[in-house]
Amino acid sequence: MTELFAFLLSGITVGFVYALVGMGFTVIYNSSGIINFAQGEFVMAGGMSMVFILAAGVPLVPAFALAILLTALLGILLWKLTDLSKDSSQVSLIILTLGFAIFLRGLAEVVFDKELHTIPSFVGDGSLELYGAILSYQSLLIIAVSILIVIVLWLFFKKTTLGKAMIAASDNVEAAKLMGINIKRILMLNFAISASIAAIGGVLLTPITSTNYEVGIMLGLKGFAAAIIGGLSNPFGAVLGGLILGIMEVLVAGYLSSEYKDAVAFVIMLAILFFRPGGIFSNLKAQRV
Amino acid sequence: MKTLKLSRSLIILAVILILIPFFMSNDFYYEIVIVALFNSMIVIGLNLLMGYAGQISLAHGAFAGLGGYISAVLVGHFGLPPLVSIGSALVFMALFAYIISKPILKLSGHYLAMATLGIGVIITIILNSEEELTGGADGMSVESLTLFGFELSESWQWYLLAALLLLFILWLIENLIDSPLGRILRSIHDSEKASSSVGVDVSHYKSIVFVISVVIATLAGSLYAFFSGFISPQEASFNHSIELVVMVVLGGMGRLYGAVVGAFILTALPQLLTSFEEYQTLIYGSIIILVMIFMPKGVISLFDRFDMGSHHAKS
Amino acid sequence: MKKLLQIIAVGFALFSTTLTAGDTIKIGAIVAATGPASFLGDPELKTLKHYTEKINAAGGINGKKLELVAYDTGANPKKAVTFTKRLLHKDGVVAIIGPSTSGETMAIIPMMEKAEVPLVSMAGAVAIINPVKKYIFKIVATDRMACQRIMQDLKDRKLTNLALISGSGGFGKSMRKQCKEVAPEYGIKIVADETYGKKDTDMTAQLLKIKNTADVQAVLNPGFGQGPAIVTKNFAQLKLTQPLYQSHGVASKKYIEIAGAAAEGVRLVSPPVVVADKLDDSHPIKKTALAYKNEYEKSTGSQVSSFGGHAYDALYVITNAIKAAGSEDPKKIRDEIEKTKNFAGVDGMVTMGAEDHLGLDTKSGMVLLDIKGGDWTIVK
Repeated sequence: MTELFAFLLSGITVGFVYALVGMGFTVIYNSSGIINFAQGEFVMAGGMSMVFILAAGVPLVPAFALAILLTALLGILLWKLTDLSKDSSQVSLIILTLGFAIFLRGLAEVVFDKELHTIPSFVGDGSLELYGAILSYQSLLIIAVSILIVIVLWLFFKKTTLGKAMIAASDNVEAAKLMGINIKRILMLNFAISASIAAIGGVLLTPITSTNYEVGIMLGLKGFAAAIIGGLSNPFGAVLGGLILGIMEVLVAGYLSSEYKDAVAFVIMLAILFFRPGGIFSNLKAQRV
Repeated sequence: MKTLKLSRSLIILAVILILIPFFMSNDFYYEIVIVALFNSMIVIGLNLLMGYAGQISLAHGAFAGLGGYISAVLVGHFGLPPLVSIGSALVFMALFAYIISKPILKLSGHYLAMATLGIGVIITIILNSEEELTGGADGMSVESLTLFGFELSESWQWYLLAALLLLFILWLIENLIDSPLGRILRSIHDSEKASSSVGVDVSHYKSIVFVISVVIATLAGSLYAFFSGFISPQEASFNHSIELVVMVVLGGMGRLYGAVVGAFILTALPQLLTSFEEYQTLIYGSIIILVMIFMPKGVISLFDRFDMGSHHAKS
Repeated sequence: MKKLLQIIAVGFALFSTTLTAGDTIKIGAIVAATGPASFLGDPELKTLKHYTEKINAAGGINGKKLELVAYDTGANPKKAVTFTKRLLHKDGVVAIIGPSTSGETMAIIPMMEKAEVPLVSMAGAVAIINPVKKYIFKIVATDRMACQRIMQDLKDRKLTNLALISGSGGFGKSMRKQCKEVAPEYGIKIVADETYGKKDTDMTAQLLKIKNTADVQAVLNPGFGQGPAIVTKNFAQLKLTQPLYQSHGVASKKYIEIAGAAAEGVRLVSPPVVVADKLDDSHPIKKTALAYKNEYEKSTGSQVSSFGGHAYDALYVITNAIKAAGSEDPKKIRDEIEKTKNFAGVDGMVTMGAEDHLGLDTKSGMVLLDIKGGDWTIVK
């Protein structure tokens, strides 16, 4: 029983990171219809920047802010590139974001390096023991911050004028424009938000799993799977999707085969795509959050 | 029966291919060209799928890689003769492609892209994990190819095979496009609804194109495995699949010869950049971004002024 | 016109023609200087460059300068294959040093045999030289040797139930196989057998399974590079208390750096060079090892690693052979490599033969170390 519990805790922790990545996907998708393949690279950018900024001697909190800011700027850069593109067909945009992902990876290789990097836990090396399972403080932090972000985003979209404007814009672009909503500004903001969320996830995860220039690939793909599982039209679906994914992964690795752990995300994703493409939440909430 | 034609572009390509060996000063250069030829084949099939049937696939690297592995394993572990192995791989992959095409092609746009991505990644993971059969992440050696008792060991022999095969595939596809089947495909691309309203079984035709593209990829992937004497899960990786898609777009979607151009450019690129080895990824990414922003119709669109009667779908 | 682009593309590829002057002796090197095995490849590359210069400063070999042509593969077997082809066909090397990892080595062996050019590998798997292949040599202690040493120690400590957690790259896979074969001879039982991928960054699931296996008395981690460092970290995070054993795939200060405090108390087998200064004066290779250690640390500013030592041995085995052969014919060089006798390498005494393409004396070539206070201590 303790083993199962240990697995669950481990799965929930990583599940929240997938959730953060997935939420980023859906935020961008909802506002612009773009599938951002560079989302995973934003996670990487956050983690790697943090490592190097800390190494330069900057204290923890400003370093964190700086790392997130840098990644947000990268998000805005991507938005600008999509804006510039003459051909906005789905295929072109997918390839553009793929190209940007490769670009970011290459940039990380050059600006940073190809090595594995880690940083000490933000809250010390201690841990909680729950029913014989161990939950490190850093993992707790990840869970807490993720929940916080979900709540903040929810409040933002539901309660603030800007947030509501974003929803309006994604529902009906023409009407939104007529109401004086600056679509470009909204898109830009959405990209910045997505990138920031991903970066936060990246920074928080680094003390646990280390980071290097390539971590973005798998994380991005899995975060993407989380978004699809939850349903692309609902950012909060991604949270559920991420948790399901994280838990299933660890359970498969623990009880079946550790080699096929990575395949879990994609098998579930395919199942959803074939049988319920709108995601788990597709019939429950017709309109997007 | 309409006469099968030999287009001007095909002849020009054939001439170029005949001239190339005179520039090959060593085996290594030959290798780049041969690999480019194999890539061209896969890209032509992918181009058919993306440009004419309007379906995106982020798994063609995986299909080529899987095809290669099947051939390699049948020869290496089960001792089957190379031709039989390749043939079996083709049959298996054709069936496999047909079966998965049914549920997949019901999806559209990015959902389709994601589904192909998922399948591709799963294939890669399987290839990495089944170590006993595939050698796992470190790959496996592949014996040399013997055709009818004759072993292909010299570069020029491989070049001949690859070049002839490429020309043959191009000729086939060109005639396919001009055939009634091709017209149906183009009408599907233009409007699925319109086509199905006149009785076209859209899903059936989309599946056919998908299967054709996968079969070509399997053939190229298998030959490449024999040629390089080694196969690793890299061949089936997501990165390779993206590379192939970029080749299609770089060359010009829906432009057959564009596919060849795209394949050659992107295959040669890493070799040209070896002196900038650390910057390779960065440059590669930048090129993709720049092409997608400024030349989304592909490099070949730059040459559209000199209309040579090229084959392209009117969109 | 469109096809012009094609011609240009191909033409560009040809553009970089090499004009070999033919007045240098070219030795190729394939190293994993970056990526998951960088703490193997990076010191190897530095060592090769430094000593090539040193040899040239002393007049070169047979009156000609030595030219090192090195490529970085990032531990990717496919790249190793591509670069080997490049070295053999384009660069025209007379011998190749490397690769850094077993997986890469196995991938290029067929090519080296076909080209009839000697290879001196810096990797660990016993399969590289067993069965013996004419042109393939190695100068690193095998995984089998490591297993035997570790099993002996387990037996001495009366620890019989062993859990394995192995990397799935060539060396990890190979050592796992060797250890499973060798264990019964020492009365050791394998009670758990987990694996992880080369690029995995989290091994908690596998370690949890080991933690929950009854009666595990010790854990062994066959592998190299970043994998074992992460395993070590996770090991401590999960508060596992059994002794953790590592292979010589981690014999570098970098491992201690990445694993951090978790490395404390880890026991491993290692080539003697990392503790050259602590060796007995009577140790046959203390002089060579100490000289190398001091020179490496002075010229690079970083701590010595056993992997750099492999590169030193490989380079000198080859250059000695070239000198002895008095020629640049790869076939003759190969013959002379096989005749290496009593070479005092940094890794140990080397005497090769037709049936033994490693020739490393285990007694002088392997030590048992504990990590204490972030540094190596010899286990008596």
